[in-house]
Amino acid sequence: MDAAAPFDPVEFKKHLRQYYAVFVALACLTAITVGVSYLRLNRPLAIGVALVIASIKASLVAAVFMHLISEKKVIFALLALTVFFFLLVLLLPAMTTLEGGRIL
Amino acid sequence: MSETVIPYMVKPNPVTGIPNGKFAIWLFLASEVMLFGALFSSYVLLRTGAPHWPPEGGLSSEILNVPLATINTMVLITSSITMVLSWASCKLGDLRKFRMWMASTIALSFVFLVIKYFEYHHKFELGHYPSHDNFYAIYFTLTGLHGIHIIGGIIVNTFLLTIGTRMWKTDPEHFTNRVENAGLYWHFVDLVWIFLFPALYLL
Amino acid sequence: MSVEQQPHGTPNAPAIGPETGHAHGELAHAGPDHGHHELPFWKKYIFSVDHKVIGIQYAVTALLFLFFGFTLMMMMRWQLAYPGRPMPFFGRFFSDNVMPGGVMAPEFYNQLGAMHGTIMVFLGVVPLAVGGFGNFVMPLQIGAPDMAFPRLNLLSYWVFVPGGIIMLASFAMPGGAAQSGWTSYPPLSVIASSGQTAWLFGMIFLITSSLLGSINFIVTIVQMRAKGMTFFRLPFFVHAQLVTSFLLLLAFPPLEAAGILQLMDRLAGTSFFLPTGLVVSGEALKVAGGGSPLLWQHLFWFLAHPEVYVLILPAIGIVAEVIANNTRKPLWGYRLLVYSIIFLGFMSFVVWAHHMFMTGMGTTMSTFFQTTTMIISVPSVIVVTCFLMSLYGGNIRFTVPMLFATAFLPMFAIGGLTGLPLGLTASDIYLHDTFYVIGHFHYVVAPGTLFALFAGIYYWYPKATGRMMNSTLGKIHFWWSFVSINFVFMPMFFQGMAGLSRRLYDPTVYAHGRGVQPLNVVISWAAWSLGLAQIPFIINFFMSLKNGARIAENPWNATTLEWMAPSPPGHGNFLTEPIVYREPYEYSVPGAKQDFSPQFVAEA
Repeated sequence: MDAAAPFDPVEFKKHLRQYYAVFVALACLTAITVGVSYLRLNRPLAIGVALVIASIKASLVAAVFMHLISEKKVIFALLALTVFFFLLVLLLPAMTTLEGGRIL
Repeated sequence: MSETVIPYMVKPNPVTGIPNGKFAIWLFLASEVMLFGALFSSYVLLRTGAPHWPPEGGLSSEILNVPLATINTMVLITSSITMVLSWASCKLGDLRKFRMWMASTIALSFVFLVIKYFEYHHKFELGHYPSHDNFYAIYFTLTGLHGIHIIGGIIVNTFLLTIGTRMWKTDPEHFTNRVENAGLYWHFVDLVWIFLFPALYLL
Repeated sequence: MSVEQQPHGTPNAPAIGPETGHAHGELAHAGPDHGHHELPFWKKYIFSVDHKVIGIQYAVTALLFLFFGFTLMMMMRWQLAYPGRPMPFFGRFFSDNVMPGGVMAPEFYNQLGAMHGTIMVFLGVVPLAVGGFGNFVMPLQIGAPDMAFPRLNLLSYWVFVPGGIIMLASFAMPGGAAQSGWTSYPPLSVIASSGQTAWLFGMIFLITSSLLGSINFIVTIVQMRAKGMTFFRLPFFVHAQLVTSFLLLLAFPPLEAAGILQLMDRLAGTSFFLPTGLVVSGEALKVAGGGSPLLWQHLFWFLAHPEVYVLILPAIGIVAEVIANNTRKPLWGYRLLVYSIIFLGFMSFVVWAHHMFMTGMGTTMSTFFQTTTMIISVPSVIVVTCFLMSLYGGNIRFTVPMLFATAFLPMFAIGGLTGLPLGLTASDIYLHDTFYVIGHFHYVVAPGTLFALFAGIYYWYPKATGRMMNSTLGKIHFWWSFVSINFVFMPMFFQGMAGLSRRLYDPTVYAHGRGVQPLNVVISWAAWSLGLAQIPFIINFFMSLKNGARIAENPWNATTLEWMAPSPPGHGNFLTEPIVYREPYEYSVPGAKQDFSPQFVAEA
């Protein structure tokens, strides 16, 4: 996966199996999250479960399909920065309007 | 058009370990994260501020078509793996397989859009336009914007499958990098859907 | 250049054509180049992929927009100084819709105000500071042959232009241009006339252009530095551009999201920003409701506060270059400055709600944003202190750029310090939305940022054209502008403390406004004087193209890499591959032959 490392087709083909495994995992997790939604869990639990499953799926896609698992430092630094600001924009506006009020 | 040679267009920069294009695509994705982050933030703020959600009561899974959306999720996940396989085929020097996987990716993107069209069409038939209430407003805006990203991906991938393939003869490594970058974008679009699906349809 | 790293192409292939000889000169017409591939005019000057041409295009376009935006304000100043009186001479050129009988209509006044802010920020200062200076100077300073993606660079300029045209054209729409302020707060902006839709489309173009530009800048700075150009050998201006690009990259998308939502509200009838039960002109608005006007404010200020630093950081970068060069000593606390602006950029994302203290936000969150606001003033003060320390003990040459750069320091300090009472909730309640706010942020961006940008123009003009600007005209321009601009903004603090609201069409409608009305007359005359003060600059700018003294590579005896390239640099920038041997500001090194040791000279 590393463009700079010497390329070995045999080694590389092992990755292909990894891709299929991730695909199966994603399909199963999709089925699970849809299935759980029919259980009609209470609101906070339902949100929690759905978000956890979605995060696992997203991590799989990012780590394997987007090769983040073997990515360079500069990309991680960029993503860490982005995640920090992402959390700010996601949480602070709602916190500001909700303060003292109800949450969910 | 010019003789100015830009360094590290194909080979990675020895310090950062990546070529220019890959860094650029990740920067672009970072800005996309902020774009969708702000939209999800709007969703959270509006939803938590509303007395009922969706405004008409019931659950979003009763208003929206969960089976169709589940199929669409599978379609996108499949298109992600075909995308990564098309890149892997380039890596292994197999242009024929690249063509096959890339064509499947594009075909699956169209399948996604067609299913989306039926979903939208059904909502419009019921008179559920974005102006109906804030639930539909959010639903149409987020899925619409996501749909535009899908169309963008189709354009890029079609370019790579047709005119762009010429580069394979002159500079296969550069071409492979391009496929990888298009793939990064495509996986991101998939990743957005992974969050949109439960957030809009299931919760 | 950097031949051994080139992926393909023959080593030592001339990356730079012979057209870089200094016969190749003026901006506007192609001289008799004997380059081996002559580009047609439109490819060389209109749709060029050369970062220097694009930088100059950005700069000239931005200067035109700045002047246009300033003209809008000069018109508003008539209404503020002499409310309800017909405007002499100029009034007759406007239709009865906007100036019935030469008297400015209130709607037109609002359009002028909204468009003044929008044009100055998004079409003036940012394109000049980032698009202009960033494009022209940054690749030269890091020793790169061009930007990483020259065609993307071309695209970002040509996405910026339609954005500007849409903004200008919106004046001709029914109901005129946007009139909800540069902040476009809903619900007023959602129910405003169609000019607001044009504003939103224009903004989406401008945001897209900025995003493309910022990606290009970051990749260029990180990937394409010359050999030996380590992170702490980068000129401070490049650091400033890097932080600025990150702000643009990560702060603009939320505004783009907000713009999309407001467009949906206006065009698809959604109610993202419209609360339930909204009544307009005595009639209930027929929308679903349930939206939140505060949501817009959050998304808007999530961009617009970092945007303030987008305006100021390149300016700080320019001032650093000019001060180091003209004090003939190293920049004091170079590393401290770098760390400060990185921290500044980081913190600028966490302070935005100090613009919203009046929205009924709870005390916990108010205190949080008040605290972060106080924290962010620390790096700003460090920056100013470093610059002051740089002056101390220097052998200062008061060239025209240095005059502007020196003036920047007290002006920026006044602007910054007057911001503190606005960052504290208790005093903000009184000062919010008064002329005090106008005075505060204009001190930061007008005599602050704009003066720094003028310093940059006088400083790099010789590099761009191969000729010096006239120093006498420059000094007239500086002193006239400096005196006028202080008469414009200083009285606003007093008006604000008297309670005068910033958005009043007629300030004399309230008794407390009548008390400070004479100051409005002073401000207006000072503003018009400031307008006239730009004439020597405009003359200088064009005259020097033909008559300015010709110069060699390094007229200022500076140390950074852009002074190694020919003036003006040809396509590909450098005649030989630049190699960096030392830190950027090695002036007056003990034992050196001369008082400057350029980064690109091995033995100095």
